[in-house]
Amino acid sequence: MSGAFAPLIASLEQAGPVGQSVDAAVEWLLNHGQGLFGVVQQGIQALASALGWGLALPAPWLFAVGVAIAGWRLVGGGFALFSLLGLNLVLALGLWEPMVDTLALVLAASLLALLLGFPLGVLGTRQRWIWRLIRPGLDLMQTMPAFVYLIPAVMLFSTGAVPAIIATLIFAMPPIVRLTHLGIRQVPADLVEAGRSFGCTDLQLLWMVQLPNALPTVMSGVNQTIMLALSMVVITSMIGGGGLGDVVLRGIQQLDVGLGFEGGIAVVILAVILDRLSQGLSPSHRRKGQ
Amino acid sequence: MSSAITLDALSKRFPGQSTAAVQQVSLAIEPGEIFVVMGLSGSGKSTLLRMINGLIQPSSGSVAVRGQPLSDLSKRELNRLRRHAMAMVFQSFALFPQRSVLDNAAFGLEVAGLPRTKRLVPAKRALERVGLGQQLHLKPAQLSGGMQQRVGLARALALDPPILLMDEAFSALDPLIRRDMQDLLLDLQAEQRRTVVFISHDLDEAIRIGDRIALMQSGQVLQCGTPLELLTAPASPEVRAFFKGVDRGSVLNLEQILEPCPQTLVLPDGADPAARAPQQLCFVLTPSGEFLGILSPQEGWIQADAAGALDSKVLVNDAIAVVARSPWPTPVLDHQRRLLGVVTPRRLLETLREGG
Repeated sequence: MSGAFAPLIASLEQAGPVGQSVDAAVEWLLNHGQGLFGVVQQGIQALASALGWGLALPAPWLFAVGVAIAGWRLVGGGFALFSLLGLNLVLALGLWEPMVDTLALVLAASLLALLLGFPLGVLGTRQRWIWRLIRPGLDLMQTMPAFVYLIPAVMLFSTGAVPAIIATLIFAMPPIVRLTHLGIRQVPADLVEAGRSFGCTDLQLLWMVQLPNALPTVMSGVNQTIMLALSMVVITSMIGGGGLGDVVLRGIQQLDVGLGFEGGIAVVILAVILDRLSQGLSPSHRRKGQ
Repeated sequence: MSSAITLDALSKRFPGQSTAAVQQVSLAIEPGEIFVVMGLSGSGKSTLLRMINGLIQPSSGSVAVRGQPLSDLSKRELNRLRRHAMAMVFQSFALFPQRSVLDNAAFGLEVAGLPRTKRLVPAKRALERVGLGQQLHLKPAQLSGGMQQRVGLARALALDPPILLMDEAFSALDPLIRRDMQDLLLDLQAEQRRTVVFISHDLDEAIRIGDRIALMQSGQVLQCGTPLELLTAPASPEVRAFFKGVDRGSVLNLEQILEPCPQTLVLPDGADPAARAPQQLCFVLTPSGEFLGILSPQEGWIQADAAGALDSKVLVNDAIAVVARSPWPTPVLDHQRRLLGVVTPRRLLETLREGG
């Protein structure tokens, strides 16, 4: 029995046929796509630099007060106090700069994920076959272990912020695509019919009927995308993404439990702030708050 | 003048269904009439309505709106027709929950591309017309069902469309509110005649508001005609069965149940009726047929005013009190006060009994 399978098993022990073709594809991209990757790399680099520069511009105290005020308006007094204390703690731990770097990476990756993901989600509602095409891609992006595509990202874009943002983008995009699609599909059929009966074009229907109704769901997609981006940005410290991930990574490498823990706490504080603020932006959340 | 809406051998079969939702329906809906499509649920009437504005594509046959076949229109032209020629009112109201009452009413005009300042004026006027001038800035969820449907009606009226499509528009409302809305629709129709295609499963509603009724069953039109035609001359046992429980007294008027006058007396001009002494009751007319009064052997001369005469258009139900109390057959007059015939209590009872 085992004899018949021996050649197959042997071939699977190294990279199998699938792995070989992926290798070949990456190599082909390296050889033929350098120009395109250069443009993408420069664009993303510019975005990340601009965001990093902008976020580092205000003094930490001003930044903290700004977040607290926004939190007070969007979420509530308790959250404003938390964000003020939390950001102070980050500053006291000497982790302000890495936190701002991480925030810049998260925002850059989230922004790109939203810019790509939202239209994709809308597109998926237009024709069923488009969604059939998109969905397996989303499954792949969400479940493929992140380390697997960190490596090709480095091969294509070298190390640093750009491959970190691209890897983050891949991981964080599925929720916004899925929830945009879901939100639009869930708009009650009679409202869509009403829109059509009054002579809406496809674009008017989307803008005047579907999106206003889908907005709470779309906004929860935005929230999830931001949260996934944050969790991934920490991992991308391994390819030189920098920021708080670096602090955690250093803690692990040096077996410095305290340092790792400090970095971890700063990530948690940033996560809570991003989560509550992005939830506070959602219209349904605000209506409940009033 | 051509019909407002013409349906020609219209059929719709939805994919995966063994029977057609609408089968070979041909109808001509005239400008300015309230045309009620009546039928139980599943009879295909909502599908029929949605083929009139192109929300559903017919499988075969054709729809023409104001002489223009929908199948000839491009997507853009169809949208233009929907924006300017017809507006729809929905059973579920289908109001946009995020929009204020005012912005809901202005929706159609916004779709048509009117700037905000220009579209709010007609929207506000339409809301005032349906009695919601004070609720402009509320959200639909803050209104009762009846008020929500007033917004739905205002949203359609704001466009001032020649055609209104109403899909069971009042079916979700309480009976009292439903009656108010029917009255509102009739008032609107009295002010400005529009072509109204009204889908309903409520027979009393159909009879109350419909100029004509098309009765549908299993996707086919059983009979189409005025409420009276359907009531008094049903084309088939199915139609008769539909109308079995109807209160005939609220549909029929006196003209439709007249009996001939038993005894008339034409009085020459200038003669004195009181001078005559008849052997039996007789109705006195001028040579031109105008009703003067009644001569009774017992009571002598009774002038027209005291004789309890009724107009021929009075509904049977509204005539019961007068006819029942009258000691003689009630004379029925046309609008020129000419005697058409009489109605007796016995005739009235027979009329009402036929319905049961």
